[in-house]
Amino acid sequence: MITKRIIPCLDVKDGRVVKGVNFKGLADVSSPVELGKFYSDNGADELVFYDITASAEGRALFTDILKEVARTIFIPLTVGGGINTLNDFDRVLKCGADKVSVNSGAIRNPDLIYQAAKRYGDQCVVLSADVKRVDGVFRVFAKGGRENTGMEAIEWIKRGVDNGAGEIVLNSIDTDGVKNGFDLEMLSAVCDVVSVPVIASGGAGNKQHFIELFNTLPKVDAGLAASIFHFGEVDIYDLKKTLKNSGVPVRL
Amino acid sequence: MVAIVDYGVGNLFSLVSSFKAIGVDAVATGDKEVIESADKIILPGVGAFGDAAEKLFSSGLADVVISQAKSGKPLLGICLGMQLLFDKSFEYGAHKGLSLIKGEIRPIAEVIPKDYKIPHIGWNALKFTKQNELFKYLKDGDFVYFVHSFYGANCNDSVIATAEYGADLTAAVADKNVYGCQFHPEKSGEIGLKILKAFCEL
Repeated sequence: MITKRIIPCLDVKDGRVVKGVNFKGLADVSSPVELGKFYSDNGADELVFYDITASAEGRALFTDILKEVARTIFIPLTVGGGINTLNDFDRVLKCGADKVSVNSGAIRNPDLIYQAAKRYGDQCVVLSADVKRVDGVFRVFAKGGRENTGMEAIEWIKRGVDNGAGEIVLNSIDTDGVKNGFDLEMLSAVCDVVSVPVIASGGAGNKQHFIELFNTLPKVDAGLAASIFHFGEVDIYDLKKTLKNSGVPVRL
Repeated sequence: MVAIVDYGVGNLFSLVSSFKAIGVDAVATGDKEVIESADKIILPGVGAFGDAAEKLFSSGLADVVISQAKSGKPLLGICLGMQLLFDKSFEYGAHKGLSLIKGEIRPIAEVIPKDYKIPHIGWNALKFTKQNELFKYLKDGDFVYFVHSFYGANCNDSVIATAEYGADLTAAVADKNVYGCQFHPEKSGEIGLKILKAFCEL
């Protein structure tokens, strides 16, 4: 039986994890390699590395780091941030990424998903969408959630899947950072229209929120979070044990 | 030394790294002589069967892999690399494979329930159907990472493990010195490394 995935997301700037925190036994919490290894040893099913570097230097640093991660950690790695062209896909795939997540790059150039899926396969292309309710309608936001594109989100995501996106990360801006639970309504609307895996992001504050997510929406495949893992509020191994005891299939 | 056959399909960085992690010398190569001098051969692969088969045959590497396998050298196909070991595939048309494993590659859509997602992606448990050296460090139910939309069919004689996804899908095959994993050992954490270690010890 396929298991539900728990995915920590690491934001990397100039080669260091930002929002880095305090873990027992971890000498350098802002080292992407050390933190990634810690999560992998703790039961993370996959890792997402998000490059929030703006400079070209930082970008080169990121690919060096990525190589180091791929030399050390043997679970699927997804990379996002600054993916605008096929060359960007090539750059991170060569360094050991398994999947590449596109967001603003696909909004600027909707053909990017199609071209990347054709070259690297659907399984390699993840469409990440930042979505927010505006006057009761789900709208796609660009530039890290700062800019309303005016596009209707469900239609956008459906088009992305038709063009070859093999997975969807749905980040609800409305619930992000609130720690009051995932956006079940928004997730349900997306799950109804796509047949590829959907990864829920935004809103997890405790273990119960993950149980609620998987029990309410069996079609959701994975839960992604950042700060609650980084700050040690939720321990991944403990979370997976709790999920298992609640009847949610997980890898332990 | 392990030769990872590089015929221009996919990136082999993680695969090379995973052998390094278990202390085994591995090299990604498209050089016939290097492959022939290796102790073990890995046939990797991602993407579509037709393209990959075309590249493998037109480069002449298919003949090298076949003759090496027939000489008794351990060969492990991974993901699409496993599928290429079969007689043929029905992924977008009909394509010829290496015919080292009897059977054919068919869409999982033919056997799984309609409400199951395709591809079959994520961590799934192995069910052993036969005892095999490849799994000597594993136990039944260990999890490995899958990403695929097609599967090995009509290959009952060589199936050594399955994974349940609305149907029992072929997860691993073996026929004498020829082995194949539908999943990615190089992405399956400690369990995956144990499989590669067992393969290196054959």
